[in-house]
Amino acid sequence: MWPETQTAFAAALLDPMREGPPGVAEDYGRPARDRVAVYRNNVIKGLCDALRDGFPVVAELVGDEFFDAMASAFVRAHPPASPVLLHYGRDFPDFIAGFEPADVVPYLADVAGLEQARTEAYHAADAEPLGIDALQGLSDERLSRMRLDLHPSLRLMASEWPVVSIWQAHQGLDPVGAGSGLPHTGDCALVLRPGWTVEVRAVAAPVHAFVRALGAGAPLGEALERLDRADAPDPSSALAELFHIGAVAGLADTHNETKEDLPC
Amino acid sequence: MTRARAGVGLKPRHYADVLEGDPETGWFEVHPENYMGDGGPPLAALARVRERFPLSLHGVGLSIGGAGELDRDHLDRLKALVERFEPALVSEHLAWSTHQGQFFNDLLALPYTDETLGHVCRHVDQVQTHLGRPILIENPATYLRFQESTWTETDFIAEMARRTGCGLLLDVNNVFVSCINHGDDPVDYLRRFPMVPVGEIHLAGHAEDRAEDGALLLIDAHDRAVADPVWSLYRQALSLAGPKPTLIEWDNDIPDWHTLQAEAAQADAILAAGARHVA
Repeated sequence: MWPETQTAFAAALLDPMREGPPGVAEDYGRPARDRVAVYRNNVIKGLCDALRDGFPVVAELVGDEFFDAMASAFVRAHPPASPVLLHYGRDFPDFIAGFEPADVVPYLADVAGLEQARTEAYHAADAEPLGIDALQGLSDERLSRMRLDLHPSLRLMASEWPVVSIWQAHQGLDPVGAGSGLPHTGDCALVLRPGWTVEVRAVAAPVHAFVRALGAGAPLGEALERLDRADAPDPSSALAELFHIGAVAGLADTHNETKEDLPC
Repeated sequence: MTRARAGVGLKPRHYADVLEGDPETGWFEVHPENYMGDGGPPLAALARVRERFPLSLHGVGLSIGGAGELDRDHLDRLKALVERFEPALVSEHLAWSTHQGQFFNDLLALPYTDETLGHVCRHVDQVQTHLGRPILIENPATYLRFQESTWTETDFIAEMARRTGCGLLLDVNNVFVSCINHGDDPVDYLRRFPMVPVGEIHLAGHAEDRAEDGALLLIDAHDRAVADPVWSLYRQALSLAGPKPTLIEWDNDIPDWHTLQAEAAQADAILAAGARHVA
């Protein structure tokens, strides 16, 4: 019966130790095991290639052979659950963190996290960024209770490694921002796609905390308290920069019971 | 598509060539699964391409040949794309790719029996009902056959088309690959293929896998130019089916836009010569 045959075929695709499905014709030229092996190879290679497309810097850091071994281990442990592969790499950074042979590149999982954030930003919903003039004429009191809707593509990550510098070094770019390749300087990354292009920035830790608070729904006044530190930039310039890079897509007054976007 | 033209698969690396240039290609095809994100450049590019060209959605994720139920969420996503982009053609494969919740990202072979014919026809019916339009089903490239098969592939496909009213996508490279892999005659396969429902033709390059004793398996790799024997088989197919929209599939080791368009131009020239011949 087809359901049983299909189950045996499916099991053999991920496990090279298993025989193929029963009843494969030993016809012309090549034995059944070679024929099953073509499908197995197609499945594993196709999914590894899909991962490589999403994690090109990880692949560069470890080389193709290591990447293929790591990716095929991931594919066998976590075959995709959806025919939409755009987000198949979501669990790959965590897998890398637990993949012992990768321990020699301790920042690998965090670089993977940054690349996954880029992929998510690339496919995120579109939204028109708001200009800072949207805040014009608001009283200080009203300003502090506004909630900012961050752009749907915005992703944040923090690492104890200079992941932004490492990533930039693999784009043929000069590393900018925090880190500069120093081994023990961590990076906070802000990933954003305000238009056609995904942008990766290193931001100061207090700015990272400020944006994270906004993302969690904190009113502006409360979120700005994260910048009340000696190493933080001036709050008004941090806020202006956030609008300038296109990270804000909407505004709502938390005072109003129903969340309502202001006219821009 | 008034006159049958050649088209190409739309690839992200060619977005700029297509959107900023003036491509002579007749139409474009995409895998809908690559356009099922929430937004971003792929959907924006596809919308702009669709403003200027006919579009074909060529699915790889419905698992028509599987024993299990179709994925309703995936059907809904496909329907949303069909409604948004109003494609000229929608197609899927006579193959399976999902089993018990796992997606294998490959087009896997099934036995051709009364039992599997029932599954396939029910699934094709479901898709056509859900989308509210007929779809085309493509003949697969296969590397193995099942002893339990009681139908030939061509008879199975003809009966599927008869029962469901679906159209067919004749992949000429798949015909060549499968026939070589199973020791069959590709021209004989074409003669037995039901040509009336054919609404589209595919052409692609294939790879060779040779065992130590020299025995060959062809792999439907879509990673190079169309092979000469496949071009000649294409001419045979057109003589049997008449001119049909023809796609150049090139999904791996994708060349520059100029090379890809040159392949499509070759198909266009063969289509035009055939049309003159008929006239």
